[in-house]
Amino acid sequence: MKKDKRIRVLIAKAGLDGHDRGAKVIAQALRDAGMEVIYTGLRQTPEQIVEAAIQEDVQVVGLSSLSGAHMHLFPPVAQLLREQGASDIMVIGGGVIPAEDIPYLKETGISEVFTPGTSTEDIVRYIRERA
Amino acid sequence: MYDREKIKLLRSRKEAWQNKIEAKMERSPERKKVFKTDSDIIVERLYTPAEIADNSYEEDLGLPGEYPFTRGVQPTMYRGRHWTMRQYAGFGSAEETNKRFKYLLEQGQTGLSIAFDLPTQIGYDSDHTLARGEVGKVGVAIDSLQDMEVLFDGIPLDKVSTSMTINSPAAVILAMYVAMAQKQGVSPEKLNGTIQNDILKEYVARGTYIFPPQPSMRLITDIFAYCAQNVPNWNTISISGYHIREAGSTAVQEIAFTLADGIAYVEAAIKAGLDVDNFAPRLSFFFNAHLNFFEEVAKFRAARRIWARVMKERFGARDPRSLMLRFHTQTAGCTLTAQQPDNNVVRVAFQALSAVLGGTQSLHTNSRDEALALPSEQSVLIALRTQQIIGYEIGVTDTVDPLGGSYYIEALTDCVEKDVMDYINKIDEMGGAVAAIEKGFMQREIQQSAYTYQRQIETEERIVVGVNKFLSDTEMPKDLLRVNPAVADRQVESLKRIQAERDQRQVADVLQRLRLVAQTDENIMPSVIEAVKAYATLGEICGILREVYGEYQQQVML
Repeated sequence: MKKDKRIRVLIAKAGLDGHDRGAKVIAQALRDAGMEVIYTGLRQTPEQIVEAAIQEDVQVVGLSSLSGAHMHLFPPVAQLLREQGASDIMVIGGGVIPAEDIPYLKETGISEVFTPGTSTEDIVRYIRERA
Repeated sequence: MYDREKIKLLRSRKEAWQNKIEAKMERSPERKKVFKTDSDIIVERLYTPAEIADNSYEEDLGLPGEYPFTRGVQPTMYRGRHWTMRQYAGFGSAEETNKRFKYLLEQGQTGLSIAFDLPTQIGYDSDHTLARGEVGKVGVAIDSLQDMEVLFDGIPLDKVSTSMTINSPAAVILAMYVAMAQKQGVSPEKLNGTIQNDILKEYVARGTYIFPPQPSMRLITDIFAYCAQNVPNWNTISISGYHIREAGSTAVQEIAFTLADGIAYVEAAIKAGLDVDNFAPRLSFFFNAHLNFFEEVAKFRAARRIWARVMKERFGARDPRSLMLRFHTQTAGCTLTAQQPDNNVVRVAFQALSAVLGGTQSLHTNSRDEALALPSEQSVLIALRTQQIIGYEIGVTDTVDPLGGSYYIEALTDCVEKDVMDYINKIDEMGGAVAAIEKGFMQREIQQSAYTYQRQIETEERIVVGVNKFLSDTEMPKDLLRVNPAVADRQVESLKRIQAERDQRQVADVLQRLRLVAQTDENIMPSVIEAVKAYATLGEICGILREVYGEYQQQVML
């Protein structure tokens, strides 16, 4: 009998930003949708996020930033994962991120950016279709 | 308040009226089966004297400016003076923020409110590794007294009151403000303002903590004591519910957790040897103005009544000013949408109105681009005009507590008070706010409410215009504010210059003295003031305190 493998997701608060409502709501929604979710808590550096992602053997990393530091913090996560041979881990992001920053983030390896107003259902579906 | 016989008759008449409606319900249903407030308080179809029959006007309402202050903390309220129109502002460098301050003052705001960037709020200089990408983004970067001097260039500190949203490093920023005022020739007794200085909510809902609870409380009570002696017109703390609400709590939780935090601060100050009437008059509060209009008005009134009773009965405070809950309000940022941002102007107007009808002393209105960026000049102007229109055009400021006596408002005020007290009692049983926070109680409650709120949106039990109903394709605003990326480099250069030009010996001395004082019971403020005057940086000062007190480790609770 094939064991049903649950999707594992790391939700991380990148940088100094303390707004964690969205990250926690999404983490809980993903859990309700049957995924295994690890939430890192606040003040994670890209290095810490990547280390946790690899250690926890996740398929997806979700990054949250509402402080405007996303351009400095998101790309290094994708880059470090690549450097450590973990480019199969999908990186998604969310928070207060201007639309005009999204193309750059995608170029650096962020699969998708979910901006204010996104439903948790959309995120669950996105992950299920790709993880 | 009402004749018992008449109430009995009214009750049976209302029951008959309800039955008639229920009989026709299948044919003429109401929009929902049950109507509830954000705090799950059931909203009745109609409120009459019967619903508030047991209230006593004298005991529960009283007169404005008199215990229990339900109807307002001042007798004339806005007939005497409008609330302070105080827009939270700050971004980039001290120069840029100084410009925005002057613009807002020119446009008629009546008080300043400073937003600091995250490195500043967390006690890091702009050149710290963890400051990368964050310098000047959510507020102004302040590394030393020099930055504060530039920030307040051309702003007379004896004429303007300043609120500073700073918590863990509040002592440092306050010291800078006092030092800068002295340079301007303004003595500390003339200074008017507020520091947020509320660490407990940082652990629960905001995240800019540095030190663990005990040393943090020491810093806070040192500030209470120092200001009572030296800066008597200063609000030493702004005990906050705004962020707790933004994190997803209900209105009841917002008040309950804030007042529980307040109780913890009063207890800590008394334990530190301060007399309650010595510091309590200078405690202030900060609340959220959210969407459910009448619940918000009731919430503010309930908060005043509860706090007055707590201060009088629990702490035996005797100075009437110790019993007054004075508060600043900010409209709820979390309710504003990225979709159809102009709708936010309308939301903010209603939220601001609820704060005014709730008797706020000071108000910040959010800008329409809240979900997208920091306020553009045009957007913040509309937000300020919103307050001015409420204050000058629509007549709501012409009488005190205009909604007082509304059957609904009084019933709702009572409900909020009861539910808040249930929480406060529960938190007391746990050992108080600090214990409740260590146990993760507040955090779990907030998270549950946040999740429920989101579920309600996704099931359309809760409508958000423009997001899950009444969608339309609107263009993104073109003039969104972007922080100048050169700020970080300029701050770092500036830092190097200051550190090169100052008296190194003096800096080493003051930092050493600070380190010693931090380890004793001596009030820390004088040595912090000496340190900032020597141009020790915020990061250096907080670095010393980090070494002495250690850093708070957040327990991840999910």
